[in-house]
Amino acid sequence: MPEPLLDLAGVHTHIGRYHILHGVDLAVPEGGVTMLLGRNGAGKTTTLRTIMGLWRASAGRIRFDGADITAAATPDIARRGIAYVPEAMGIFTGLTVRENMLLAATTGRFDVARLDAVFALFPVLKVKWHDAAGGLSGGQKQMLAISRAIVEERRLLIIDEPTKGLAPAVIAHLIDGLAALKETRTTILLVEQNFHMARSLGDTVAVMDDGRVVHTGAMAALAADEALQSRLLGLSLAAHQ
Amino acid sequence: MSETTPRPPRDWAPWLVLPAVLLVTLPLMSFSTWITLTVAGAAMGMMLFLMASGLTLVFGLMDVLNFAHGAFVTVGAYIAVSVLGRLTGWAGSDSVLLNLAALGIAVLSGAIATGGVGWFVERTIIRRVYGSHLQQILITMGGLIVTAQIVIALWGAQPLLVPKPAMLRGSLLLGASAIESYRLVAVALGLLLYAAVHTVLNRTRIGLLVRAGVENREMVEAMGFRIHRLFIGVFVAGAALAGIGGVMWGVYQEIVTATIGDEMTVLIFIVVIIGGLGSITGCFQAAILVGLTANYVGYLTPKLALGSNIALMVIILLWRPRGLFPVAKQ
Amino acid sequence: MRTLLRLVSGDRPGHPVASLLLLALLIALAFAPFLFPGTRSMAAAGRICIFIVLAASYDILLGYTGIVSFAHTMFFAIGAYAVAVPLAKGWGGWDAIALGTLGGAAIAASLAALIALLSLRVRKIFFSMITLAVASLAQILATQWRDVTGGEDGLTFALPRALGPAFRLLDEPFLGVRFDGRLITYYLIFTVCLVLFWLMLRIVNSPFGRVLLAIRENEFRAEALGYRTVVYRTIASAQAAAIAAVAGALMAILLRYNGPQSTLSFEIMVDILLMVVIGGMGTLYGPALGATVIVLAQYYLQPALQAVSDATASLPLLPALFHPDRWLLWLGLLFILIVYFLPAGIVGTLRKRRA
Repeated sequence: MPEPLLDLAGVHTHIGRYHILHGVDLAVPEGGVTMLLGRNGAGKTTTLRTIMGLWRASAGRIRFDGADITAAATPDIARRGIAYVPEAMGIFTGLTVRENMLLAATTGRFDVARLDAVFALFPVLKVKWHDAAGGLSGGQKQMLAISRAIVEERRLLIIDEPTKGLAPAVIAHLIDGLAALKETRTTILLVEQNFHMARSLGDTVAVMDDGRVVHTGAMAALAADEALQSRLLGLSLAAHQ
Repeated sequence: MSETTPRPPRDWAPWLVLPAVLLVTLPLMSFSTWITLTVAGAAMGMMLFLMASGLTLVFGLMDVLNFAHGAFVTVGAYIAVSVLGRLTGWAGSDSVLLNLAALGIAVLSGAIATGGVGWFVERTIIRRVYGSHLQQILITMGGLIVTAQIVIALWGAQPLLVPKPAMLRGSLLLGASAIESYRLVAVALGLLLYAAVHTVLNRTRIGLLVRAGVENREMVEAMGFRIHRLFIGVFVAGAALAGIGGVMWGVYQEIVTATIGDEMTVLIFIVVIIGGLGSITGCFQAAILVGLTANYVGYLTPKLALGSNIALMVIILLWRPRGLFPVAKQ
Repeated sequence: MRTLLRLVSGDRPGHPVASLLLLALLIALAFAPFLFPGTRSMAAAGRICIFIVLAASYDILLGYTGIVSFAHTMFFAIGAYAVAVPLAKGWGGWDAIALGTLGGAAIAASLAALIALLSLRVRKIFFSMITLAVASLAQILATQWRDVTGGEDGLTFALPRALGPAFRLLDEPFLGVRFDGRLITYYLIFTVCLVLFWLMLRIVNSPFGRVLLAIRENEFRAEALGYRTVVYRTIASAQAAAIAAVAGALMAILLRYNGPQSTLSFEIMVDILLMVVIGGMGTLYGPALGATVIVLAQYYLQPALQAVSDATASLPLLPALFHPDRWLLWLGLLFILIVYFLPAGIVGTLRKRRA
C-alpha cells in the first residue's frame, strides 16, 4: 500500500493547561477524500490546526509527503502544498474578492485556465470580483474560501466544516463544487458534521472522539452500518441532515 | 441559489468628523485667521501622522504595543540637529533650493538612522516579547528610558538649537492670511508620504500582505507567508517615518531636548486611539484632527488648549470605543 | 508562630531568603534612627517607608488586578497637595493634616473609580495609553494652577510644632539620637506605613483579593462565574488610589514641601514600575524589597557611577555613559533584563524556586 500523503502518529496537543489531543493516529491516502467526523469537541479542528502548525503538537509525529512537519512553521507547511480553509473561512473582509484570490497565487499572477475553472465552479465570484469580500453572503464567502484554496494546484486541501450555517441550496451547490474537485484527484481532508455530504463525497473516513481517532475505514462500509454509525456518532447519521 | 444578504449601510459618520470641525470653527474667527490656523493645524497634523503611522501599523499587524515609539522621534530630532549643524552653509543660504536640499538631507538621514535603531530595537527587545502585552509595555518603557539616556549621553543634557533654513523662516501672504513657509513644506511632505504609504498599501503585493495581516495574521501565515519578515519591514518603516516626523518637528520647534519624544508620545497615542489601531486612513484623519484642535483651541481658549485633545479623545471614545476607523479583526 | 502568620494574613514571603530579607528590612526601618544616625539616613529611611507603601499599592493594580496604569503618581500627588495646600495657606496644624489626608484619599478614590468605569468601554491597551494622557494632564494642571498648587515651584510649609526640629521630646539624646520632632516625624511615617502595608496584606488575602487574582488570570471565566469584574476592578482601583494618596500625604510631611517634581513626575512613575517589576509583581513583599533597592540606588548608585566615570575618563563615550546623572540608564537596562529574564521579579522567582 502506498504511503499516505499525510500521516499522523500518536499526536498530542496541549492548549495551555488543557490536553486536547490524546494520541491521534490518522492516515490520509493520496488522491481521495478523507472525511474526519465526530461530535462537537471531539478534537477535529484541533487536529487540523495542529497539522497546519498553528498549534504545536506536544508529542507524536506528523509526516507530509514523506517529510516530517511536526515542528515546522506554518508558512513552511503551507508552502509544501497544503491549502487550509478554516472553520471561520479566513476571508479578508477588507480586501476585494480579487485581492483575496491574488494572495493565494504564489507568483502574484493567476493561472488563467485554473481561474476560469474556478469561475465555472462558482460563477458568482466573477460577478463580485471587485467587491469587498466583507459584503459577500455566508455561502459566497465559503465559495471564495474554497476557491482561494484551489486557484493553484495543491497537494492537499484541508477544509473545516464548509457547510456550517449555510442554507440547503447553498450546501448542494458546494457539494457539487467539491465533487468536481474530487474529479481532479486532489487529496482532500474534510471535516464535516453533515453526514449527507460526508457520505456522498468521502472515500475513507476517520471518526474522532475525546481527542482520539476511534474508527477508520472505507466510507461505504460506515454508510452501510447504521449500528456502527449510532455507536460512533451518537445517532443515526441519516437523520443528521 | 443567489443568497445576497443586504449589505450593511456603509459607516459614513466618522468621515464627517473632520469636515464638521472645520466648519464649526469657521464662524468663530475671522476668515484669514481661520486659514492660518487651519494650515498650522494641518502642518502639525502631518508631522503627527508621520510620527504615529508606524505605531498604528505595528500594533494592527503584529499586536505589539511599542511604548518606546517616541524614542524614534527623539532620535530623528537630534539627527536633524547634527545634520543641519553641519550644513549651515546650505541652510543659511538665500537659495530656497539649497535650503530644501539641506532639509531633505536631514530628513533622509533621520529616516535612515531611526530605521536602523528600529531594526536594532526589534531584534533585541521586541522580538522576545511577542504575545504578552504586559511584557511589551514594560520592556518598551524600559527601552524608552534607556534611549533617552543614551541620547543625553551622546548629545548632552542641554537643549540644542536647530534653526529653520533661512528662506523657510518667513511667511507667505495669501490674501489677508499669513502662512508660514515651513508649514507649507511640512504639509507638502506629509501629503507626499501619505500618498506613498497609501500607494504601497493598496497597490503592491507587500501592501496587500500588510492589509491582510492586520485583519488576520494567522490566515496569512496559513497561506504560506512568513509574516515575521513582513513585520520587521513594517517596524523599521514605521520607525523611519517617526524619525522623519521627529526631524520636521524638531526643526519646527527650533529647539530640541531629550524629552521631545516623550512630549509627543501622549499626542501620538491620542492620534492612534482616535484613528483606530491598524488603520492608516484613521491615523491620518485623527492626526489632522488633533493638530487642528490644538491650534483652534489654542487661539480661542488658550487655557483649555492642552487638555482639549484629551477631552477630544474621551468624547470620541464614548461615541466609538474602537476609534473612528477601526480595522475589522478576525 | 501562628500569631505571626495571622498578622500577615497568612501571606508567607514564600522563601527563606525572602523572609530573611524582609525581616532585616523591618528591623532596619524600625530602628533606622538608631542604626543609621544622621538626618540624611533618616530621610532615606522615611522615603523607603513611603515608597514601599506606594509600590505595594501599585502592585494591587498591576500584580493583583492586572491593570497597567501610568496615572498612579496622580493619586500620590493628590494626597500630597491635599496636605500641602491647607498647611501652606496656614489653615491649622494637626487638623489640617488629618482632614487633608482623609480628603486626599477620598478624592483619589473617587477619581480612580471614575477612570476605572471609563475603562469599561475600551480595550486594555487603550486604557494604558489613556492613563498616560491623564497623567500628563495632571502634570499640566499642577503646573498651571499656580494659585492653588504653587505651580512649578511647589508649596513650602511648616509642620505642627511637634514635628519640627526644634521640638524636644527628651532633653538629652538617648542612645546617641536626639529625640526631636524629626524623630517623631519619622516614626509617624513608619507607623502609618506599617499599618497601610498590613492593610494591603489583608486586602489581597481576603476573598476579595482572590477574586482579583481570578480576574487577572482569566477575565471571561470570572465573569462567567458571576463576578462582575467591573465592580471588582473599580473597588481595587479606588483602594490603591486611596492608599497612594495617604502615602503622598506622608511624603509632603517628610519633605515639608510638595511640587510637581516630588510627587507627580514621570520619573517617579517609572521608579514605581521598576520597584514592582524588580521586586516581583503580585506579591506585595516584592515591591517592598524593590522599593528599598531603588531608593538606595538613588542615593548610593550615583557615587558609584562617578567612580566608574572617573576611571574611564580617558576613553571615548564611556565617561558620558557612566556619568552619575545617567543612573536611570543603568536602572533602565536592569529593568529590561529583569522583565525578560526574571519576569517574576526577585520574590516571584524565589517563590517559584521553592515550589
